[in-house]
Amino acid sequence: MHVAHLALADFRSYDSVELAFEPGVTTFVGDNGQGKTNLVESLGYLTAHGSHRVATDAPLVRHGAARAIIRAAVVRGDRRALVELEINPGRANRARLNRSPVPRPRDVVGLLRTVLFAPEDLALVKGDPGERRRFLDDLLVTRAPRFAGVRADYERVLKQRNALLRSAAQLGRGRGGPPATLDVWDAHLSRCGAELLAARLELVAALRPLVAKAYAALAPSSGSADFDYRGSIEETSPDRAMLEAALLAGLENARRNELERGITLVGPHRDELALRLGELPARGYASHGESWSFALALRLAAYDLLRIDGGDPVLILDDVFAELDAERRAHLAELVGPAEQVLITAAVPADVPGSLAGARFDVGDGRVNRVR
Amino acid sequence: MYEGVVQSLIDELGLLPGVGPKSAQRIAFHILSADPADVRRLAQVLTEIKDKVHFCRICGNVAAEEECRICRDARRDPQVICVVEESKDVVAIEKTREFRGRYHVLGGAISPIEGVGPDDLRIKELMKRLADGEVTEVILATDPNLEGEATATYLARLLKPMGLKVTRLASGLPVGGDLEYADEVTLGRAFEGRRLLDV
Ligand SMILES: Nc1ncnc2c1ncn2[C@@H]1O[C@H](COP(=O)(O)OP(=O)(O)O)[C@@H](O)[C@H]1O
Ligand SMILES: [Mg+2]
Ligand SMILES: [Zn+2]
Repeated sequence: MHVAHLALADFRSYDSVELAFEPGVTTFVGDNGQGKTNLVESLGYLTAHGSHRVATDAPLVRHGAARAIIRAAVVRGDRRALVELEINPGRANRARLNRSPVPRPRDVVGLLRTVLFAPEDLALVKGDPGERRRFLDDLLVTRAPRFAGVRADYERVLKQRNALLRSAAQLGRGRGGPPATLDVWDAHLSRCGAELLAARLELVAALRPLVAKAYAALAPSSGSADFDYRGSIEETSPDRAMLEAALLAGLENARRNELERGITLVGPHRDELALRLGELPARGYASHGESWSFALALRLAAYDLLRIDGGDPVLILDDVFAELDAERRAHLAELVGPAEQVLITAAVPADVPGSLAGARFDVGDGRVNRVR
Repeated sequence: MYEGVVQSLIDELGLLPGVGPKSAQRIAFHILSADPADVRRLAQVLTEIKDKVHFCRICGNVAAEEECRICRDARRDPQVICVVEESKDVVAIEKTREFRGRYHVLGGAISPIEGVGPDDLRIKELMKRLADGEVTEVILATDPNLEGEATATYLARLLKPMGLKVTRLASGLPVGGDLEYADEVTLGRAFEGRRLLDV
C-alpha cells in the first residue's frame, strides 16, 4: 500500500500542510527541529492511534489549537480510502472514512499500515520490558485491529482489579478476608489476559525466524539473534482455555501477596520478551551497534510479517541512517529498497545511501516543498 | 471567580454529569439573562422532582408513588425479574415490548475505580425479593461493558446456588456501550435470545 496524499491541520508544528506522494522512496530533508519527524509521526499515529514519541496526545496538537486533524489517502491495489482522525486530547478522538463519520476511531485502525523505524527504537533493546510488550501489542493491533479492543479491555480489567486490591490493602490484610468481588475480577482478568497472551505467543513464534534472518542480514559477522517470551505463568502453548486456567491458578497463588501489596502480580502486563544475542542477553550485554541491529531486525521482522499477511505496509525511516555505520546503512537500504513505499527523514542527505534516491522534499520554516 | 451567588450557581452546575467549568459558566450566564418566569419554572420542577418523585420501594425504579407503575401492574409476570443498572434501562427495555416480567434497578454497576462495590448497589433488596421462591428466572441485563459484565458475573455466582434460572441478554448488543444506546429491535432480539449464564 502507499499514502498518496497527506493533510495535517494543527498537528504538532503544522497549522496546515498538504502533500502528495508517489510509491517508491520519498525523502524529507531539513535541519533538526524543522518538523520532519512531525510529518511521519502523523502517519504512525494513523496506524497505531498513538504516537511513537509521547504517551499522551496533548503534545500532538499545535500549541494554542484545540484539536489536530490528520487526513491521508491510502491506496491499496486499486482501492483508495480517505482516512481522517481528529485528535481531541482528554476527550474521545473522532474518525472519518471517506468523509463519513464512523462510530468509533477503532473502526479505522488497520486501513493504513506503517512500520516506523526511529531513534527511539533503541529502547526496544535497551529499555524496560514495557517497551517490548508495546512492540508486540502494537504489532498485534496492526495485524488484526480487533486486538485494539482486547488490549483496551485487559487494561481496563487490570485497572479495576488494582483499584480493588489497593483499597483492600489499605483496609489492612487479614481483616475480613479478600473482598467478595475479587473472584469475579480474577475470572475476567484471566479471560482477557488469556486472549492477549495467546495472541502474543503466536506472534512471538511467527516473528522468531524473521528476526533471526533480518539480524543475520544486517550484521552478518555478529552472533545470532533470538528471544524467549517469559510469562508470569509457566504455560506457553497458545491455547486460550489452558492459558486462562493457568492465569487463574497463578492469581490464586499470588493472592496473599497481591492483597498485601495492592497490585496485580500475574498477567501479561508483567511479561518480558527476553532478547538474546548468541548465549547472552541483549539487554546490558550487546554493544551499541549490536543493539541497533537488533532493534532494526525487530522492525524489519514486523514489516515482513505484515507483508506476508498481505498488503505491503508503508515503511518509515525517521532519522535512522544517521545512527548507523556505513555497513549497516548499506544492508538496511538493500532490505527496504523493494518496499512499495518508503518515507525517509534525514538532516544530512548524504547519510541516506544512494540506492534510495527518489522524490525529495525540503522541510524548513514550517513549510514542506517538493524539490524538482 | 465571580461574586457570591453567581459563583455558587456555577459551582453547583459544574457538579452535574457532563457539565465542565466552561459549560457551567455558559449555563449560569444564560440563566442570568433569561426571562424570570422561565427560571422560576425551572426552579419549581427542580424542587418538585425531589419532593414528588421517589424510588419504588420494591424495584428501585423511579416512581410517582411508593411503588412504581410496573410493580403495581398485576398483569406483569411475577416469576421473572430483569436486573438493570439504571431506571433509564427500564425505559429502554419497555420500548421493546419483549418483556412482561418485573424489574430490579441496582443503581449502578460494580466499579472499584469509582469505589462502587456490591454493598453500594441494591443487591440485598434483590435477595429479599427472591427469598419467597416465587421468582424462577432472573435476567441479568446490566450494560454490555466490563463493569456490567463483572456485575452480572457476581450476581450469577450469588444466584445460581439458589436454584434459579439465571440468564444474560444475548450478544449482538453494542459492546462497551450502555444498554440504552441499543436500538429497540436489537435489544428486543437480545431478549429473545437470552442465554443461560454459566459461571
Ligand atoms: N504541539 C506543538 N506545537 C507547536 N510546535 C511543536 C509542537 N510539537 C512540536 N513542535 C515543534 O516541532 C519541532 C520539532 O519537530 P520535529 O519534527 O521533531 O523536528 P525534526 O525535523 O528534527 O524531526 C520543534 O521545534 C518543536 O518546538
Ligand atoms: Mg526528527
Ligand atoms: Zn417497582
